[in-house]
Amino acid sequence: MTLPIMTDTGPVMEFSGVSKIYPLASGNVTALLDISLQVLPGEFIAIMGPSGSGKSTLLNMMGCLDVPSKGEVYIRGRSIRSLSDDQQTTLRRDELGFIFQQFNLIPLLNALENVRYPLILKNGMTASRERCQEVLAAVGLVPTLWYHRPTQLSGGQQQRVAIARALVNDPAILLCDEPTGNLDTKTGQAIMALLEQLCHDEGKTIIMVTHDPRTAEYADRVIQIEDGRIREEV
Amino acid sequence: MAGGSLFFSLAVRNLQMHWLRSLLAAIGIIIGVMAISSMGILGNAFSLSITNSLSSVGDSIVVTPHVGYQGGMSSVSTSERLSDRQIELIRRAATNSKVFPIYAGGDRIKVQRDTLYASIYGIDPKDLPTLLEIQKGQYLRGASGVMIGAKLAKDNNLTIGSRILIGEIESGVRVVGILKERGMGFDINPDNAIVTSDLWYRDFYETRGHDQAIIKAADIKDIEQIKSSIEKQLNKRETEVDVYDTRMILNSITETFGQITLFTMAIGGISLIVAGVSIFNVMMMSVMERYKEIGILRSIGTKRAEVRSMFIYEALILGLSGSAVGGIFSFAAGYLVVAVLMKDVSYLYNPASLIQIPYGMAFGIVTSMLSGLYPAWKASSLNPIDALRHE
Repeated sequence: MTLPIMTDTGPVMEFSGVSKIYPLASGNVTALLDISLQVLPGEFIAIMGPSGSGKSTLLNMMGCLDVPSKGEVYIRGRSIRSLSDDQQTTLRRDELGFIFQQFNLIPLLNALENVRYPLILKNGMTASRERCQEVLAAVGLVPTLWYHRPTQLSGGQQQRVAIARALVNDPAILLCDEPTGNLDTKTGQAIMALLEQLCHDEGKTIIMVTHDPRTAEYADRVIQIEDGRIREEV
Repeated sequence: MAGGSLFFSLAVRNLQMHWLRSLLAAIGIIIGVMAISSMGILGNAFSLSITNSLSSVGDSIVVTPHVGYQGGMSSVSTSERLSDRQIELIRRAATNSKVFPIYAGGDRIKVQRDTLYASIYGIDPKDLPTLLEIQKGQYLRGASGVMIGAKLAKDNNLTIGSRILIGEIESGVRVVGILKERGMGFDINPDNAIVTSDLWYRDFYETRGHDQAIIKAADIKDIEQIKSSIEKQLNKRETEVDVYDTRMILNSITETFGQITLFTMAIGGISLIVAGVSIFNVMMMSVMERYKEIGILRSIGTKRAEVRSMFIYEALILGLSGSAVGGIFSFAAGYLVVAVLMKDVSYLYNPASLIQIPYGMAFGIVTSMLSGLYPAWKASSLNPIDALRHE
């Protein structure tokens, strides 16, 4: 499925008066309230806030995994509400890269296959192995580990594979949910340095949810969320 | 869909990872396919064996006097006979085909010191060579002597020249010929009977009119026409005779056997349903265990249809492999049941028996697919956010 051609100028992501309300039997729960923000190409943004503040809901909408109850979310100029489930999936596959706290690699596949998976989804079984090897090398995973299953890799190695997987389709935006949350300090720093390099050298837009202020220091802009509202932008 | 073989490969790997569970589900299908196929083979073999023993009488029309009911609950009249006029009309209706009027009854007979009961037929000696085959001795000549069925001869140690006493007055007759065993027939059953000449029978029982007439169709295609012609001649005003052809009876027997086969296959089918439930269970477990994985796949760009295909492939692999092995085992099981119960494995090699194996396999595959549909749909309709949160 092909999506309409997008412009490279202007914000890669825009929230306009976005609210998210979950209707529950005990009453409505407002997860986000009237959020408006713009994300420009090549920005490194950290989203911070206490548990239950709405930062995960915000990241889910940025990742096209959820739609707003009110307002509009535009990703590269397209309102996600107007997209079908398949179009949203295609957008996630081609324009967004996900990096999770739990790494979330597919246990049935080895490192190289995990990286190749989104490329196969996009290009079919002819998806280039060389491209995967190139990306794995770029994130610093040594070739001897390429054929290891996720359970045979350390946390840092798994996160590198996850980053390679997120990068393989060359997306404009990387969405990171606590990317160093499960790593020791040293490995966490190495991963953050890698993300910083991707942002500054490769021009990727990085949006990262974190509650670690040291990790947030890598970002150009920090958005503080509290009770579903943007409290502060630095 | 991009990378169909990717999802196939994921399905294979998942089944390999949970090989014991997958194997047990496949064994369920194997047993189901075996049960359904071998039951089908057995039923078909029975049906074949019956039709084989009956097929020699497939070209006859039998005309009997209509047994009328004399009022509501009164007893059935059995005293009707075919009159000479009716026989003549039947001959006319039969045109080129030959008509054999037959006297039929039963009586007490005495063989040496044993008294028993036997069917007695009175047939024109001229007709005998056409109607019945001889095993020993000779056909009747004139009114003297009788022929006896092979089974009657064997069971009572009767041979050519033996003497039999018929009826209460114990009229003595001598055996001049023994008939060849014929099996069950719908016209006459001479295996356990005494065949006398029509003259002897008429004189002895003082009967008027025949009990039945057999028409051997010159051409099997004429059967319908002869039947309708007899109906027209004799049953115009009121029903005088009943007309049926042996092929019709044969068909209804075959049909009955078909239904029995279907019933036994349905019993086999129950085990296939159990197998289907087992596959359903395995697939549901697979979906539940992989909630998070499904969430990951969806979040990194896997479409619903692609997730669905992965689970359908799993069910298909279980169904195909189970059915293939089940098909092979079905042949062995079919051989065994036919050899043990029928004592003749040639029935197994009949195409109508062998076709039961692919039928069973097809049922196995379809059952697996149906069992996999709901779990596949369930997996594909999971909300990726909920699935990702699942631990």
